[in-house]
Amino acid sequence: MTTTTKHDRLETSSRGGGQAVPARSAKLPFLASANTRKLGLTVLGWTVALLIFFPIFWMVLTGFKTESAAIADPSLIFSPTLESYQAVQERAGYTRFALNSVAVAFGSTLLALLIAIPSAYSMAFLPTRRTKGTLLWMLSTKMLPPVGVLVPIYLIFRDVGLLDTRTGLIIIYTLMNLPIVVWMLYTFFKDMPKDILEAGRMDGATTFQEVCFLLLPLTLPGIASTGLLSVILSWNEAFWSLNLTSSKAAPLTAYIASFSSPEGLFWAKLSAASTMAIAPILVFGWLTQKQMVRGLTFGAVK
Amino acid sequence: MNKTRASGRTVGGLRTLSLQAPAVTLLLLWMIVPLGMTLWFSFQRYNLLMPEMTGFAGLENYEYLFTDPALWSAMGTTLLLVGWVLAITVVGGTLLAVLFQQEFAGRGIARVLAISPFFVMPTVSALVWKNMMMHPSNGVLSWVAESFGLPAVDWFSSLPLTSIIIIVAWQWLPFALLILLTAMQSLDEDQVEAARMDGAGPVAIFFFITLPHLKRAISVVIMIEMIFLLTIFAEIFVTTSGGPGLATTNLAYLIYIRALLDFDVGTASAGGVIAIVLANIVAIFLVRMVAKNLED
Repeated sequence: MTTTTKHDRLETSSRGGGQAVPARSAKLPFLASANTRKLGLTVLGWTVALLIFFPIFWMVLTGFKTESAAIADPSLIFSPTLESYQAVQERAGYTRFALNSVAVAFGSTLLALLIAIPSAYSMAFLPTRRTKGTLLWMLSTKMLPPVGVLVPIYLIFRDVGLLDTRTGLIIIYTLMNLPIVVWMLYTFFKDMPKDILEAGRMDGATTFQEVCFLLLPLTLPGIASTGLLSVILSWNEAFWSLNLTSSKAAPLTAYIASFSSPEGLFWAKLSAASTMAIAPILVFGWLTQKQMVRGLTFGAVK
Repeated sequence: MNKTRASGRTVGGLRTLSLQAPAVTLLLLWMIVPLGMTLWFSFQRYNLLMPEMTGFAGLENYEYLFTDPALWSAMGTTLLLVGWVLAITVVGGTLLAVLFQQEFAGRGIARVLAISPFFVMPTVSALVWKNMMMHPSNGVLSWVAESFGLPAVDWFSSLPLTSIIIIVAWQWLPFALLILLTAMQSLDEDQVEAARMDGAGPVAIFFFITLPHLKRAISVVIMIEMIFLLTIFAEIFVTTSGGPGLATTNLAYLIYIRALLDFDVGTASAGGVIAIVLANIVAIFLVRMVAKNLED
């Protein structure tokens, strides 16, 4: 019913030579103000966007100031210096923390993808009656608040010597992101036309070949954005990293937290370190924002 | 034809099992083991500082926790934090989604700028806000206030919880915007156009077309945010450490204090059980909603 009416309406508007005349004259004042409206929207949109972005902008700017300029009255005019970046590198060994972050974020992502791909493949291409239930159950493990299991995880880690190790964090982050990774891969695999895999099977491809030479290359963009989301979530995770690491395996989230001590108020250094810590992830986020929604909402919003 | 399909199903079933086994086993362990331990500890007398005191405690830990004013204060703080952040991000996110759906010059870049805070790690956002934005004498906010002739606010000592709410809302507003903006793309433009033809103003269109269309996405945003906001931790850890007093101690932070500062495993576990129960109440609704979506 609705489609017919929509269709009719479209027809009238495209047909509508004689009928359109009163409509157009009624629209004229609106047209005259269309440009002002657009200008207003542009100003409003940009003002809001810049206000939201301002703290990040300010942080980047402060990173290029000297410590004394950083705590002086806010000013856009200053002579930029790289001394804070140097100090962060030389005195605090920024690279060490960055490497921990890289190892933990990428390590856990690779591991999660490796475990999730077979699982998502079978859910998408060999669905059984239990598939839906399994997916929902996986989702429900994501709802377990980390603080609810802090005590046992801490004690287990202490007893098996995983406290303050990269391996420990990689294990936690892999498990933390596994449900999201399976879900996202599942939605991407399901979007793929089945005929292609069918054709491969006809030509005598084994499941392994089918996955490696057909499925993975064809869904590479989807896999990449799934991986990026997992990297972003692990990189920014701050509950487990603060509670399970101290000096050796501390990633950037924990390193930045060390600036919170009252005697360590070095704004320029904090800003320089923070800018380096968030820059790569910000770019990843910009690249995957569209696909990310699938993963973040478990496909409930597409 | 029928035969092959039937045999294919059993083979498929076996293959499904073996392909899913690693993910399912790991998640099962990840869920059951710590959960079981938390539950077990919550009924035990277990304090790392008093190793000689052990044994079954019955409901003692829960009794101790429920009669502790700190728990109720933490529950109140959690409620305020979740409630306010939800209100700000959902209302703000909806309005922003409508704004960024309109066409204007440089919209793509403006959108990217507006969703950026979501990708900033919590410790960075908390410290940047605490120091460079909200510092009573050198922060940008106090500088703005002073240039308008207003008194500067000492955010973290006079309005500690408000400050945390602002920081967390700044992080999650882009999340709401991102999700709702995506949901907006499926809005039927014809319908909006038709309503406009019929003389509906922008306000009427918003309330009678846009908002009903976004209803589902909004509830998804609310539930996902709730799950994360119930256990906000890092922002409190690096700014106020739960203080002054208990002013910014939420449930997550209280459990952390009991567990890793007081080493009272029993009580902390009882607190953990409460957090799990609370999160699950929300989770049931979310899972149900996602399940509905799986069907179509």
